[in-house]
Parts: sequence; C-alpha cells; structure tokens
Amino acid sequence: MSSSLAAAEVMGMGSPSHGLVFDIMKYATHDGPGIRTVVFFKGCRLRCRWCHNPEGQRAWPEIMFWDRRCTGCGRCLAACQHGALAGGNGAFRLPNDKCVLCGACVEACPAEARTLVGRTLTAEQVMDEIGKDAIFYEQSGGGVTFSGGEPLAQAAFLMAVLRMCKCEGYHTTVETTGFTDVKTLLKAGELTDLFLYDVKLMNSQVHRKFTGVSNASMLANLRALSRHHGNVVVRVPVIPGVTDTAQNLRELGEFLSGLDGVSEVHLLPYHRHGMDKYSRLGRPFLMGAVLPPDAGTMRRIAEQLTLFGKRVSIGGSPDR
Amino acid sequence: MNARVALLREQSLSTQPSIASERAELLTRFYLQQGEKVSTPVQRALAFRFVLENQPVYVGQDELIVGERGPGPKATPTYPELCCHSLQDLDLLATRDKIRFEVPDRVKRVYRETIIPYWQGKSLREMIFREMSDAWKAAYDAGVFTEFMEQRAPGHTVLDDKIYRRGLLGLKEDIRKALDELDYLHDPECYARREELRAMAICIDAVIGFAHRHAAKARELAQRENDPGRKRELERIAEICSRVPAHPPTDFWEALQAYWFVHLGVIIELNTWDAFSPGRLDQHLYPFYRKGLADGTLTVERAKELLQCLWIKFNNQPAPPKVGVTAAESGTYVDFANINLGGLRRDGADGVNELTYLILEIIDDMRLTQPNTSILLSQKNLDRFLGAACRIIRKGWGQPAVFNCDAIIAELLRQGKTLEDARDGGASGCVETGAFGKESYILTGYYNLAKVLELALNNGFDPRKGIQLGPTTGDVREFETYEELFDAFRKQLLHFVDIKIKGNNLIERMFATHMPAPFLSTLISDCIAKGRDYHDGGARYNTTYIQGVGLGTVTDSLSAIKHHVFCKKTLTMDELLNALLDNFEGCEEVRQLLLNKTPRYGNDDDRADSIMRAVFEAFHTSVDGRPNTKGGVYRINLLPTTCHIYFGSVTGATPEGRKAGKPLSEGISPVQGADRRGPTAVLLSASKMDHARTGGTLLNQKFSPQLLEGESGLNRLADLIRTYFRLGGHHIQFNVVSAGTLRAAQDEPERYRDLIVRVAGYSDYFCNLHKDLQDEIIARTEHASPDG
Repeated sequence: MSSSLAAAEVMGMGSPSHGLVFDIMKYATHDGPGIRTVVFFKGCRLRCRWCHNPEGQRAWPEIMFWDRRCTGCGRCLAACQHGALAGGNGAFRLPNDKCVLCGACVEACPAEARTLVGRTLTAEQVMDEIGKDAIFYEQSGGGVTFSGGEPLAQAAFLMAVLRMCKCEGYHTTVETTGFTDVKTLLKAGELTDLFLYDVKLMNSQVHRKFTGVSNASMLANLRALSRHHGNVVVRVPVIPGVTDTAQNLRELGEFLSGLDGVSEVHLLPYHRHGMDKYSRLGRPFLMGAVLPPDAGTMRRIAEQLTLFGKRVSIGGSPDR
Repeated sequence: MNARVALLREQSLSTQPSIASERAELLTRFYLQQGEKVSTPVQRALAFRFVLENQPVYVGQDELIVGERGPGPKATPTYPELCCHSLQDLDLLATRDKIRFEVPDRVKRVYRETIIPYWQGKSLREMIFREMSDAWKAAYDAGVFTEFMEQRAPGHTVLDDKIYRRGLLGLKEDIRKALDELDYLHDPECYARREELRAMAICIDAVIGFAHRHAAKARELAQRENDPGRKRELERIAEICSRVPAHPPTDFWEALQAYWFVHLGVIIELNTWDAFSPGRLDQHLYPFYRKGLADGTLTVERAKELLQCLWIKFNNQPAPPKVGVTAAESGTYVDFANINLGGLRRDGADGVNELTYLILEIIDDMRLTQPNTSILLSQKNLDRFLGAACRIIRKGWGQPAVFNCDAIIAELLRQGKTLEDARDGGASGCVETGAFGKESYILTGYYNLAKVLELALNNGFDPRKGIQLGPTTGDVREFETYEELFDAFRKQLLHFVDIKIKGNNLIERMFATHMPAPFLSTLISDCIAKGRDYHDGGARYNTTYIQGVGLGTVTDSLSAIKHHVFCKKTLTMDELLNALLDNFEGCEEVRQLLLNKTPRYGNDDDRADSIMRAVFEAFHTSVDGRPNTKGGVYRINLLPTTCHIYFGSVTGATPEGRKAGKPLSEGISPVQGADRRGPTAVLLSASKMDHARTGGTLLNQKFSPQLLEGESGLNRLADLIRTYFRLGGHHIQFNVVSAGTLRAAQDEPERYRDLIVRVAGYSDYFCNLHKDLQDEIIARTEHASPDG
C-alpha cells in the first residue's frame, strides 16, 4: 500500500457528503433493538488485538483474498495494469505496494476470491440502502446502527447520515469506542437514540498494550456522554486473560456505577470468527490459541458486574 | 402424552407401511360380478358400497378414534381403476431403500392372478396415455411438465363445517329434495343429474354402513373385554359409531369420529391427490369443545387425548405409492393432509380460540409428519397466536407453516369467491388456496420453467433428448437484444402451456365421464344442488392449477444472459451456449463468473427482481383465466413439492451457473446460495411478485437454531413473518438447519452461501468461517435446544 494513496483516501474522511464504508449488513439483530441495518465505517485508530473486524481498521480500501474460493485461473494477474500481483510466491494473492486499488483484479476474478473492502459512498447511497429495509424497522422497532471501524472517525459523514435518518424517523444507534473529542461525541449524541459504547480495560497502560492507544479520553468521554445522554449501553468484550481479570472487572464496575446515563452492560464473549479475515488481509492473527470463554465464566462475570448496580446481559441486545 | 397415546403413536411410527390388496380385490370382484347395466356414477357408488361392506374392519387396542383405510394401520390399499401396479412395481416397492412398502406374497399372487389380468388396459392411466397427443407425450417425456392425474384422482379437497352441522343423513335429505325437484320436462340433463344424485345417496348409505360395522366390531370386542375401563370405552365407541357420521355429532368425541369416517370415505372412494383435509379444525370443533367443558362431559386432558388419537389416524395412512417408472423414485409417505388453524371466522372476526392453542400444543407433542399443520395469520390475530406458533417453528421439526390469511382472502376474492367463502378458505396440500367445502381446485402438474428457457436457448431443440421439441423461435446467437431472447422464452412457454391445457381438458373430461366421485361430491357445495359430480363442475367454484417450478433458476439465468451477453458483453452468446452444452467442463471460470457476477434474485436488487416479475407475468398471462371444462378457469401457483429435483434432472446446465441435472430453485425461493444479503432482502425480493394473482406461492427460509434463541430471536422471527405478510407474501416456511445441512455446506459452499449462523452476539455467513469454527458450530447445533 503506497502511503500517498492512503493519504488520498483519507482526505475524504472529513467530508459530510462522502464516507468510506466497508459493509452494510441487513437483518442485524444484536446491535440495538429490533431488526436493524448496520453500516460499517472503515477506519479506526485502535488496534485491539482481538478485533473481529480487522478490515475496519485501516482508513483506506483494501484487497481481501479468499483462499478457498480461488480457482487459480490467473485472470487477476492478467487484469492488473500495475504489476501489483507480479512475482514471488502466491502471485495471485495479495498485492504488493504497486497496488493503486483500482479494483481491476477484483472485477476480473470470477470466483469472488478477491474483494475490495471499503467503498466511498455518498450519504444518499447509504440512505438508499438503509431505506430498503424501512418496513422491517417499523415492524420490529428496529432501525440503523453505525459501527465500524469507528464511525466517529468520519464524524462529518456520520452526522450527515444521522440527520437524514432522523428525518426518516429511523431509530439510530452508534457503536463506538469513544475515541474522539468530546464535542464531536456530544454533538453526535443529539442525533443518536442509543449508544453502544465499548469499554475494554481500565488500566491505561494495559489498554495501550492491547489496543495501541490510551483509554484516558475514552473514559472521560463516556463520563461526559453519560451526563448528557440517557441511553448508553456499555459493551465489554470478555477477552480471556485480558479484560476478565478480577481487578479490571472491579475497576470497571466501580467506574460504571457512577455513570447515570449508562443503562446497562453487555458482555460480549471473545470469539474467533474474525480469524480468517486476518489471513485474507495478509496480516498476522495475534490471538493464537486463545479460546472463547465458556458459559460458566460468562455467567460468573455477569454476576460480578451486576453487584455494581447495572443490568448486565451476555451477548447482544436484550429485546425491546 | 399419556400412556395410551404414546403406545398408539409408537405403533404408528414403527409399523412398516405395506400394500393391502383387499380394496383392489373387492373392486375387481364387483366388476366381474356386476349384473344389470347401470349408469357410471351408480356403478361407481355400488362398487364403493361393496368395498365398504366387505373390507376388513379394524378396531385397535386402546384406540379411541377408529377406522383405517386398509385392513390396519399403515396397510395401504391400491386403486387399480386409476393405475394398476405391475409385478415389477410391487417388487420395486418391496425392495427399494427409501419409502419402502412391504408386499406380502399373497398380495403378489392376487395381483398376478386376478387384479392385473382384469385391469390391464382398463385403468384410467392407460386410457390417458392412449388419448394424449404425440406433442403432449414428447413434452411429458422430456420433463417439460408432469401430469398429476395419470396416477391419482383429482382431489385436493378440504371440508367446511357441514358434516358437523348436518350429518350425512342431513345431506341425504338434500339429495332427496334435489331428486324430487328434477325437471324431467325441460332439463335435458335430468338423467345425468338423477344418476349422480342416486349415486350420492348410495355412497352416503355406504359410509354410514361402514361406521355401523365399526360399531358392531366394537360391541363384539366389548363383550370379550375383561378390563372394565376398556369395556366401557368400547361400548362408547360402539354408541358413537352408531350415531355418526349419520347424525350431527353431539359432543367432541363424536365430532372427531364423524370427521374420521368421512375422511376414510373420501380416500377409499378414490386415491385423491393430497388426501383430504378437515380444514379449519379449531373452528369446527370449538362448539363441541366449549359445550363439553361447560357441561362437564369433557376435560382439557380428554380433548387433548382424543385429538392426539385423531392425529395418529392421519399418520396411519401413507400416501399410496405410484406405478411405472416413478415407482423407483422414492417419493414420500406424506399424503399432504393439512389442518388450518387461526385466521378469520366467516363473519370476519378473529378466528383464534382456546382450541387453536391446544392443537398447537398437540402438534408439538406428537411431532408427526401427518397431518401437516398450518397457521393462517391475519392482521387481526394477536401476536400471542403468532408467538405460540413461532415457539414450535424454532424447534426445527418443520411445522407449522405460516400462511397469510389476508392474502389468501385477497386471492380468493380476485378469483370471484364471495367474501364469506373466501374467509372460510385457507391453504391445503402444500400452499394452495381454496374455498373450503365449496371448491374443486385441482392441481394438474408441475411446469418446468427452466426447461422452457433451455428450449428457447436452443431454438426449440432439446439437447438431452436430441429432438426438436418446441417451435423454432430463432437462433439466439443472432439476437441483438435481450428482448428478443425474452420473447423467444415467452413463445416457448405459451406453446407448452397450450399443450398441457389441451391434455388437461381431455383428462378432466375422462374423470368426469369415467371416474365420478359421488361420495366426495356430497361433501362439496353445490354438487347436490346442481346434481353434478365434483369432477364435472358440480362444486360452487372450479379452478384448475398449473404449478410453475424454477422461478429463481430462470430469473438468474435470464439475468446472467442480460448482464454478461447483452450489457457488459463479458461473454458472447456462442461462448455461453457452448459452456452450457459442455456442462461447464473446462470452463469453470465462466461458471464462477455467472454464479458470482450476476445480479441475482433474492437480494432486493431490482435488476434481477424485475426479471423475476417479467417471468411471473409471462407465466401468469399464459395460464390465468383460460377456461377449463368445468365452468371454471386455469390459474397458476408457484410451488415445487420435490419436483424441482426431478425437473433439475432433465434440464441441462443453465446460464446462472447451475450444472446439468442439479436441482432447480424451489418455489419462489432464490436459487440455493444466491441470496447473500440476508432474510430481509429475500422477503423484499419475493414480495415484488403479485402474490394475489396466484393460488399460492412457497417460500423457504433457512435459519440456524442459534438465530432463533431467546425471546429476542422469537420476536425477530415474528417480525419477519408479519412484515412479509404486510408486503403481501402468501406463505413462508422456516427450516431450522440441522448439523447435517451445515456439513453439506462445508462440502458444497457455493450452494449454501446464504446460510447465516449466530454465536453469542454475532452472526456471520457460515461458509465464510474457518473450518475449525464451522466444526465447532456443527457440534453445537447437534446439541442445540433453542427453547431457552
């Protein structure tokens, strides 16, 4: 990936009219109430080691290669005008740094073994896609969830789309790490019915170790948000050996108990569904042999956190 | 379920289905011995009476509801007047792996010595094949369509509440009046009417006599019975069988037994398609249920037990096996009896009652494939009702199916039924719409839409048979526009619909002339008033259906051609045709391109969905409104049962990437694996079709059990159903996938790319997951209990 290209792509990030989106998923049923459409924004400053959407991290488009789908026909190689697939082993796999992300190889691949993740969409395009399922939102008390990546990293675009959603009367949910400035967060809060706010680790140094950034602003932002917004659900990924330590859970519980706006806590058990995405992106999977926590562990953690006065549930959203 | 029910259920499940020759023997003896010349309806009625007077009567241990179609549970009679099994057929039935029927040596001997010698050349099936045109036979052989009536009689009939209100003697009184009112002075058809009415009266006596034989048998058993409890039961059974179905039932038990005798009468008279169904059972039985609870003669437990006993009776009747080449196909034991629950009442009020919930409980307790149970869901029905059904659906054993009551009413109203008759209607067989108790709605066969496209692509030539089967509609290589291709498709479609209808019209008349069903006719309004048989336009409404199969396959195929050949020009027509003729051998990339880079039906993508609508319109226009021979018209529905597999086997490779011989898409569901945008997109695509102009559509959705977990999973399921029905959808069925399906998805991912699985808080496409995770989910699915 050439850095100039990345920079070029990033230039659009502050735009209210265009955003970089890597997926729009219909019939999502656990990221807010009812039947929802989730818009996944591409780009996030955090590098959580357990991230199950690694394709959401980088703020520019990427090529994914699907090993099992490849028929080895070589059409991608023929289609590439930039020599990005030439040479070396696994020639048809991931592009080298000559790649300009033109998408020709993706277009040429008959087996969908190559996909371009991250498309620049206009707000209207996003709304068209969201609007298709409006009748399901209405029937189920559902709506739209903005996730990522970090949706607030494209704040202007997010605000534009949120505003349009409000015009249509859709329920809006923003799933965020809170890694942004407080003003932006509170402004988004005016157009957001529900926040799903990720809190992982209370110790700043440990947080930095596992996510690459300090948690200071994120915790401060949550505190601020919870004063202004009455509907914040805190989501805690339960990562064995990382977030499930007694100390972390206690500090977390104490912190949350003081936040009035936080209505409940969702514990999301670690899972490995993102595993193959790493190899599709040509990146190492860092979680190794860590296994998901078992049901007993999850229940125990839930009980522990319940003591701090918040409603705690395991998994996605409880029903409306 | 209590010990009695458990025992009877176990007996029903463990008894090996067998062929029973009693009916065939008695029928043959009747025809050999017949004396004076009588009209055909009267002859049929006398034969029916002879069978019922002489066939063995079975009253099983601990039974509360009595009567079997054959000499005992799962002993299945044959109908040589319709189609006569050969000795080879019988051997095949006895030895095939699946859907096997035991054939006792005695049955083989009787067939060899008596039945085959008499019926050979005389069965209606042979007559049909003698009378069909060469064009019909060629199309039939090539698999362009099937013909239901070559093996079984027109049936597909559902009862309203008249037997409970009137009793058979009440209907006989109507027959007497109709006979009295015949106008011998002016009515040129008075003779035909008189004979039909006489035949009906004979049949009523025959069924009442059959019930009385059961009464006598029960009395006899009671005398020998030592256990005082069972003795009292047998005496009560004797009493019931003496009263019903002759008289209107006076309590719940009698009502169930009355229905069962009527059911047996219909399915012994002829082997009708889709058995026979009681219709809106919760509404029909409700007055008896309430009365019994109010006056203390019935308890909820007893009502349950009796219903369970009736359920077992349905399950005791396997569908009679077919003859000829199709005997080798496994087919099914299921005879498509279908009970409808809920919906609306005749006066438009909410039709759900306490009995509705009780029956839902029963189907879940019983878990039998027969009878099939469906719910009719109206906007007026409470969410509680839908919720109760969804709780059973998510257990994943396949029932109940869910029908849109308001859409069915709209469909029936469009066909000209009165509002009350429409509300009294529902769905039967698989998904077919009818006005219960008042309509003869005959399914005549499946129509292979994909084969028709194959013919259009080959200028009418069938590559598989190597013959010019259809008209020459032009060399597609020379077509300059997609519209020319679609026009060729339309011409082929109409050509074969014409051939099918010409055949159907003859077959309809053959049944009307040679194979009247006077007993069935007494049950369906207005056969008595008109003095006409069910097969001859006697019913108030007469509809003939042709069932389209392969909508998804054809849509995606046309979309692939439009997109790749005419729009993007990634392929030439010649390249495409060669790839199809070679079954994509040596051109897997072309196949992948067609599979993956084509706008496909089921993704809420108007580029594909507009083609689906065009195919729907072409099929609809070719069929809908054309007259049948019974004063009614032809209509379409879109359902395959399992015919998409047979049709796939006779259809070459198709342009959406399907290989030759593989199954077509089923019902109105997208091509297996083509829908990649989740269930809401499928429902939106499917609802772009005008369901109100069909007589039923079938949509299947696959779910992993984890997606339906908890209250939330249940509510989402209900939301999907409600939304699809708001959009006008006719029917939806949820298949909760099994571990076996997931394993199949591992082996053949391209057919299962639509399969979504969920693990706590997260859903993904199964095929996109790492093998280890897939295995983990398979293991979990094997132990899943989504009740939680």
